[in-house]
Amino acid sequence: MSGATPAQTFRFTLNGQPVAVTCPPDLRVLWVLRDLLGVTGPKYGCGLDECRACTCHVDGVAFATCSTPVSAIEGRSVTTIEGLAATWPGGGLHPVQQAWLELDVPQCGYCQAGQIMMAAALLAQVPDPTDDDIDQIRNVCRCGTYVRIRQAIKRAAELLRQGSSSASGS
Amino acid sequence: MPPGAVEPSPGHSLVEEALAATVRRPASRPGGTTRRQFLAYVIGAPILVVAVDALGSAPANAATSGASGGGGLTVPAPEGIPSLPQPADVVDLGDLLILAGLPTANLITISVDTNGVAHFAMPRQENGQGTETAVAMIIADELDLPLEQVEVTLAPAEPKLVFNQLTGSSNAIRSLWDPVRTAAAAARGRLLAAASDLLGEATSALTVQDGVVVAPDGRRVSYGQLSGLAASPTTLAVPATPKDPSTYRIVGTPVPQRANPAIVTGAQRYAVDLDVPGYPTMVRRAPTIGGRLLSFTNRAAVEAMPGVLRAVPLPFGVAVIARTFGQAIDGVDAVEATFSPGPVADQSNATVRQALIEAPVVPFLPAAPLARTLAFDFDWAPVNHAPMGTNMAVADVRDDSATIWAPLQTPIAALEAIAEAVGLPPSAVVVNVVRGPGSFGRTLFFDAALEAAQISKAAGLPVRLMWHRTNDMRHGRAHPQAHHRIRATLLGDEVLAFEHRVTSVTTDVSPGLGEAITAGLDRTGLGKLGFSQTLFETTITCPYNFGVVTQLLTEVPLAFNTDSWRSVFSYNTRGAEEIVVDQIAAALGQDPVTFRLGFLQNDRQRAVVEKVAEVGGWGRSLPAGVAQGIGFHQEYQSFCAVLVELDTRNPALPRVTRAAVAVDVGLPVNPLSLEGQMLGGLTDGISLVLQMGNHVEAGLPVESGWGHFKFIRQDQAPREVTVVVMPRSTDRPGGAGELAVPAAVGAVANAWARATGTVPTSFPIIDPTIGWAPPPPGPVPVEPLQPLPDPRRDPSELYDY
Ligand code: FES
Ligand code: FES
Repeated sequence: MSGATPAQTFRFTLNGQPVAVTCPPDLRVLWVLRDLLGVTGPKYGCGLDECRACTCHVDGVAFATCSTPVSAIEGRSVTTIEGLAATWPGGGLHPVQQAWLELDVPQCGYCQAGQIMMAAALLAQVPDPTDDDIDQIRNVCRCGTYVRIRQAIKRAAELLRQGSSSASGS
Repeated sequence: MPPGAVEPSPGHSLVEEALAATVRRPASRPGGTTRRQFLAYVIGAPILVVAVDALGSAPANAATSGASGGGGLTVPAPEGIPSLPQPADVVDLGDLLILAGLPTANLITISVDTNGVAHFAMPRQENGQGTETAVAMIIADELDLPLEQVEVTLAPAEPKLVFNQLTGSSNAIRSLWDPVRTAAAAARGRLLAAASDLLGEATSALTVQDGVVVAPDGRRVSYGQLSGLAASPTTLAVPATPKDPSTYRIVGTPVPQRANPAIVTGAQRYAVDLDVPGYPTMVRRAPTIGGRLLSFTNRAAVEAMPGVLRAVPLPFGVAVIARTFGQAIDGVDAVEATFSPGPVADQSNATVRQALIEAPVVPFLPAAPLARTLAFDFDWAPVNHAPMGTNMAVADVRDDSATIWAPLQTPIAALEAIAEAVGLPPSAVVVNVVRGPGSFGRTLFFDAALEAAQISKAAGLPVRLMWHRTNDMRHGRAHPQAHHRIRATLLGDEVLAFEHRVTSVTTDVSPGLGEAITAGLDRTGLGKLGFSQTLFETTITCPYNFGVVTQLLTEVPLAFNTDSWRSVFSYNTRGAEEIVVDQIAAALGQDPVTFRLGFLQNDRQRAVVEKVAEVGGWGRSLPAGVAQGIGFHQEYQSFCAVLVELDTRNPALPRVTRAAVAVDVGLPVNPLSLEGQMLGGLTDGISLVLQMGNHVEAGLPVESGWGHFKFIRQDQAPREVTVVVMPRSTDRPGGAGELAVPAAVGAVANAWARATGTVPTSFPIIDPTIGWAPPPPGPVPVEPLQPLPDPRRDPSELYDY
């Protein structure tokens, strides 16, 4: 139960900026971001590690902020949807965000921060994901945008390839 | 009430037309695009503000049943025994809501500011269906403005709008089409008149390019410059002639949703994200649906917990207000409270099914000599709405005022209920409508807003209420459990009769919606049937020539929390019928597509079936265990056919691998968002048929989250879907938001029958007895803390974090 242990101060990097919060060590990252730091891009969809609406990155890797204690991110670098574009050296939006716009993916939009963060983390590890890879994504989209998400991930993979080839000057 | 439109006189002719429509077939009128003139008002203001009158928005059926056979009644069918028109063929639910809103449609206003930007505060909810975008497209076309120069926002609750601030029944675009076009046309006329004065040219000599009026000699004056000149110090009636829709340049083209840039950057705010005061708040709820708080025995201990500010007992539970939601959840789980048993505390899916089966229904026709009867009974589990964001609202209630922010489809009813609950006059309550995190009908009910207001008042603090997912799943609303009996009587190659008896737990029709339907009914004379039966009759129609057709509803009043669920009755009722249609085809030895083409009633219906069969490759050969299925549905003056290929070879993970959808909405405003609505409806249909539903045990659904409430994910979503938007077939848009679900339900169930050889009759199909230990009722479950993933060491952690 958070709050049973006394509050401590935790320092980490959030979207490129150093931050410090004082709170119980088992307070989940989602609430630290949303309620203490006012970063509302990551969404609550269940708090049970089942929907992935809360997905963010820690050192570039996707994680469920609703199920991770703040103590685990001490000294680490956290990126939320608000900071994703800045991680892309090309400037402007991250290719995943660009692809999402191109394919008109969102409906209500509530799941999409998590979907985009998951897709960006996937592409960072697997630059050319197959349909079988994409099938493994567990993020729920209750509006049913799965087909467009699949197309947008493939489009983002293309954009990333173009971006990295132009960045390397070839 | 201001005077009616110039031609034809609106209120009178509408009611007359609607009344007439209930008793006769709509007369065959020339279809197409007459440009009617309407009346609008320039409202006294320093900039141009235009309001519209109760327009000649004739019931869509009467308006669309032209040469193309819009209403489904004017084209004789080539075979089959013609069925008489049913109520939904002549006046549907959307028409009723349009009729209800007519006397107040004149309160819709569009303004053009001195920068030349048009503003429209839309009295509808946006949940991602694309309404804001579509309305902006219509305004831009009508005003000759670039799309970027049209601002559409969600209007706060405006009690004077009465029935005209209501979102439901796939009705947003249908109901706004005429008022918005007329207001924009009047504004354009006013701006042109002002330009004519200024430039000394006849209006007929002027053209408009992107919000700039151009004279023949090339002199230019912008809407922004003209706004003040076009304004009027006093309110003034002006004529308005909306354009012929065939001349629109933006309407009909694919336009991405306007909110997308905000959504993909995390800037889009939903109610609980708003930067307004409000402490995180969650509620400890009863162990059964509808249980009321009897005692709360450890208030001091809960309020002493770190981060907890207040723990407030209220009839619906104990609200815990804290600095963070994490601490509110801890407080909720520490609450020691007792509750009365709710009104359905002794009910389960099994007892409800028994009650549904035992409820008396109108008997079927006696067996006809020589005829064959096909009999099918179906069961549907209750299904939670499960919007992606749980029930949410922010409330700041003070001694003399209250301000609310919430996603709301019935904001006026919400405002009135909140004012009463907190003891303030309605004029002291502001209800702001915020983009919804999904809805599917859920936010027709405003319970989160009402609870938030009650908590804020009791605690003396502004609160940010969010329901825990487990409470949303268990105490939220659901499509009611239903039992269906269908009998088809066949003689030779004909269907003599098609009889459907639906028994369902009562569907609660929300305040606001219910009153609007009643008001619409009063204007049609249809009310005699009684409320539920009328609602059923205005939404359900049989599109086939099946001889004597009767579709009747019996409701069993069990006090579950129910609500419309992406249609009121259609997905289960029409979905079940589409299954029987396949079985009739089989009994007559016909192919399901050929059979439908033979027995459907008009060309628009047949066209979508033919199209979907073509693009979906109907009849291609597939391995054993994989099969195609087709379904058709029409409603809201729109038509839809769905074809799926279902792979059942892995029984644990059946999957629709490919799908095709053909949709005819008459006039498609934004084909891109229309395609999105079809994809959403398809995904709902797949989930509903295969695996998504609730198990009620001892008065409470056991499902606690997405783990056991199995809305499909990527691994069961089709990899390939083709959506064909049929070309414009009428001069006004039909509804689309709920349209695809019944067709998809039929297609997936029919594919299952063809792939496995067993006709599914109980939904969801994959519904084993509860094979897991559900979290106990009362406290909300708390997920154990997880270590951080490291996919570089274990690639599976890329997905299983
Ligand atoms: S909110 Fe984190 S997984 Fe659902
Ligand atoms: S866009 Fe609404 S849940 Fe995904």
